[in-house]
Amino acid sequence: MLSTKVTDCNAHGQDSSYFLGWEEYEKNPYDSIDNPNGIVQMGLAENQLSFDTLQSWLDNNPDATAFKKNGQSVFKELALFQDYHGLPSFKNALANFMSEIRGNNVTFDPSNLVLTAGATSANETLMFCVANPGDTFLVPTPYYPGFDRDLKWRTGAEIIPIHCSSSNSFRITKSALEDAYQQAQKQDYKVKGILVTNPSNPLGTSLSVDELQLLVNFISTKNIHLISDEVYSATVFSSPNFVSVSEVLKNKNLVNSEVSKRVHVICSLSKDLGLPGFRIGAIYSENKDVISAATKMSSFGLISSQTQYLLSEMLSDRKFTKTYLSENRRRLKHRQETLVKGLQKARIRCLKGNAGLFCWVDMRHLLSSKTFLGEMELWKKIVYDVRLNISPGSSCHCSEPGWFRVCFANMSEKTLMFAMQRVKSFVDAMSKKRNQPRHEQIRISHARRTKSLPKWVFSISCNPLEVGEIR
Amino acid sequence: MAIEIVQPSVGLSKIAVSQTHGENSPYFSGWKAYDENPYHEIDNPSGVIQMGLAENQVSFDLLEEYLETNLESANWGQKVSGFRENALFQDYHGLQSFRKAMASFMEQVRGGKAKFNPDRVVLTAGATAANELLTFILADPGDALMVPTPYYPGFDRDLRWRTGVQIVPIHCDSSNGFQITPEALEAAYDHATSMNIKVKGVLITNPSNPLGATVQRKVLEELLEFVTRKNIHLVSDEIYSGSAFCADEFVSIAEVLESRNYKDAERCHIVYSLSKDLGLPGFRIGTVYSYNDQVVTTARRMSSFTLISSQTQFLLASMLSDTDFTQKYIKINRERLKKRYEMIINGLQKAGIECLKGNAGLFCWMNLSPYLEEPTIKSELAIWNTIMHEVRLNISPGSSCHCSEPGWFRVCFANMSEARYASLVSAMIINIIKFSIFLAIIF
Repeated sequence: MLSTKVTDCNAHGQDSSYFLGWEEYEKNPYDSIDNPNGIVQMGLAENQLSFDTLQSWLDNNPDATAFKKNGQSVFKELALFQDYHGLPSFKNALANFMSEIRGNNVTFDPSNLVLTAGATSANETLMFCVANPGDTFLVPTPYYPGFDRDLKWRTGAEIIPIHCSSSNSFRITKSALEDAYQQAQKQDYKVKGILVTNPSNPLGTSLSVDELQLLVNFISTKNIHLISDEVYSATVFSSPNFVSVSEVLKNKNLVNSEVSKRVHVICSLSKDLGLPGFRIGAIYSENKDVISAATKMSSFGLISSQTQYLLSEMLSDRKFTKTYLSENRRRLKHRQETLVKGLQKARIRCLKGNAGLFCWVDMRHLLSSKTFLGEMELWKKIVYDVRLNISPGSSCHCSEPGWFRVCFANMSEKTLMFAMQRVKSFVDAMSKKRNQPRHEQIRISHARRTKSLPKWVFSISCNPLEVGEIR
Repeated sequence: MAIEIVQPSVGLSKIAVSQTHGENSPYFSGWKAYDENPYHEIDNPSGVIQMGLAENQVSFDLLEEYLETNLESANWGQKVSGFRENALFQDYHGLQSFRKAMASFMEQVRGGKAKFNPDRVVLTAGATAANELLTFILADPGDALMVPTPYYPGFDRDLRWRTGVQIVPIHCDSSNGFQITPEALEAAYDHATSMNIKVKGVLITNPSNPLGATVQRKVLEELLEFVTRKNIHLVSDEIYSGSAFCADEFVSIAEVLESRNYKDAERCHIVYSLSKDLGLPGFRIGTVYSYNDQVVTTARRMSSFTLISSQTQFLLASMLSDTDFTQKYIKINRERLKKRYEMIINGLQKAGIECLKGNAGLFCWMNLSPYLEEPTIKSELAIWNTIMHEVRLNISPGSSCHCSEPGWFRVCFANMSEARYASLVSAMIINIIKFSIFLAIIF
């Protein structure tokens, strides 16, 4: 009775182990006063650090939410505005903001922007434009679990992973690219492009200039597309500075070239400005055909004109954007350091990160067995015993078990430090246990087994997503 | 909306280069003519009068009045916590307060004759998204939805473009006021079957665009009987429900289902939006309301691609929860639309032009078939071209709505302010009379 998009029930990616962590959190959310034994949410990549800055701008600029411009009502104009080309003042402001984030090393032409209801919509729309059903995109692992839904579900496209490993800090290598490409060919998949996230979710690192050049050269040779999802662009808080693929194209004198017409950038204000609810995303491309098709497709996910107006006013305030960007980075840096230090006290290391709203944490040494089963067991312990919801690497298609994404920007500093204490206690208890006589260990593990999870939790293909979530 | 020519390009998908977005149709060149030469009573009295845009501008004063007295609905009461919570809210279930308010508004628009459960309301960025989303859920590429003609030209894109689904027309004609008949349903279904096309459902618009008329209860019952017998779906696009001039004359499929105790309801789905009834197309507020749990669950997940801005949900939750405001708005909006309709019908009659007897919508369905050289689309487009360039009116030719009878045109009457309306109608009638004289001379 219903389409295969419904009956092929895993394609939306929501029946996964990740869901369990969310569910457990929803049932028992931590609150320092009301529920101090609850689960701390560290699986949500939200930027909650700078709302005060935004609120103070709103307080000083009441017209922006009152549908007024210079004291005159623009309500009717906005209410009727549904042009898929988008509010010109907003596109101009967004293009400037994007440039500012990239240190003004590159400029963006507003007419090359297509507005969409969030990056979720932008990624899917772009896929509809460049891939036919069955076509393939190569994506470096580990990657944002939502891509399985966004790139594949309704488009019918496929993803083949580009395997990255801890041996070189998960950097993309030429051989990994070639391997992935060959893999696709072997399975008779047509490779249409590569999609990278820069800065990376879940790694919390920005791509190096070498990696970007490697990617540009590769797509040039293979005559395929490159999508650079840069939704975390303003969260780069320490060196190296953020380098966008747009900058690399400029430096290689490839602007307006054949290859630049196959490079497309995705942006959003969900992470950089902490406004995921407002659904503000965009596709940037120099390819006029892509812009034309994507613009028409954006009819299916336009940004509310009320919201376009608010953001056009906010982002046009250059004084505000300058202050916001630097303050936001400073706060993110401080938070990340708090998390890293807290984990260090528990003798847990992270991948050295310079961006994002999370750390990529190495818990391989805590695995009972170096397998994904071992990873799930550890994750279960962390959710139920340590009472932290974090994201297991397998849900991000990481090829090595034992890595976890831990978010640091979606709670108060106090809560973060409290969570770190719990982690330390847990690790201390684990080492103690390791030094315990064997019969004691067996007794405790029997007690634990009564809280076992259903079998499906341990399946290796874990795709997350639920309850409006997200990145 | 400017037309852009898409050059086929290596490296793009088939969908991207196809013409199924439908924007190269004649429907859009009328827009262009208006954009290039818009009428203004003082500055450009010889410009093109825009009557091809189905917008509702008749009740903005009521909305603005609401906003002035309820500022906190637009600025979160100036509380950090309010703003923060709202800005972070991206749950695809949608703001509960908004869903409740939407369900309640939908009930009010139907005069309380049907109940709506907020948990069945799935939010999408406009009805455009809602229709596409439902099509993705109900049909696979190659399958078909049956749609009565004439229909909203945008369906060609919304139902077909990215979904790969086809539209099989259910032919309706003026012999019975373009109402859907069981014979027409069977004929369309048989035609699809003969071409090996799998029909997955019927999609109707009630009240109808472009007819400007509600679907009769009897027809709804026949439709329900038909889809049940064929074991297919029924989608009822009710985005003009608040624009029925008399509340009693609009019967929603929801009412019919309720009166049958929801028997066979799991194959029924309603699309609604605030673009027409509240005149807020820019805010992108649409909904899929389904009586089928699996459809609700899937639609919700798919709505991730087309969520409504939480800022806008917050504003509308406040507005639609204010039942004093909504009752007043619904009543006054209907009255004003009815007046507009009567004025234009009378005016057209004076010029010797008849329209379909309408009772809803933001437009009337005008009959110029007596003026066609021959009963063909070619003649219809010739007259339309003349109307655009000589009479200087942008109206929509029936062929762009897939009408099987040439000579019918949709004329919108709600897309200009109250102050301008009377003078615009006069100008239009004067131009038409001149044109009639002109035609009489030619023929």
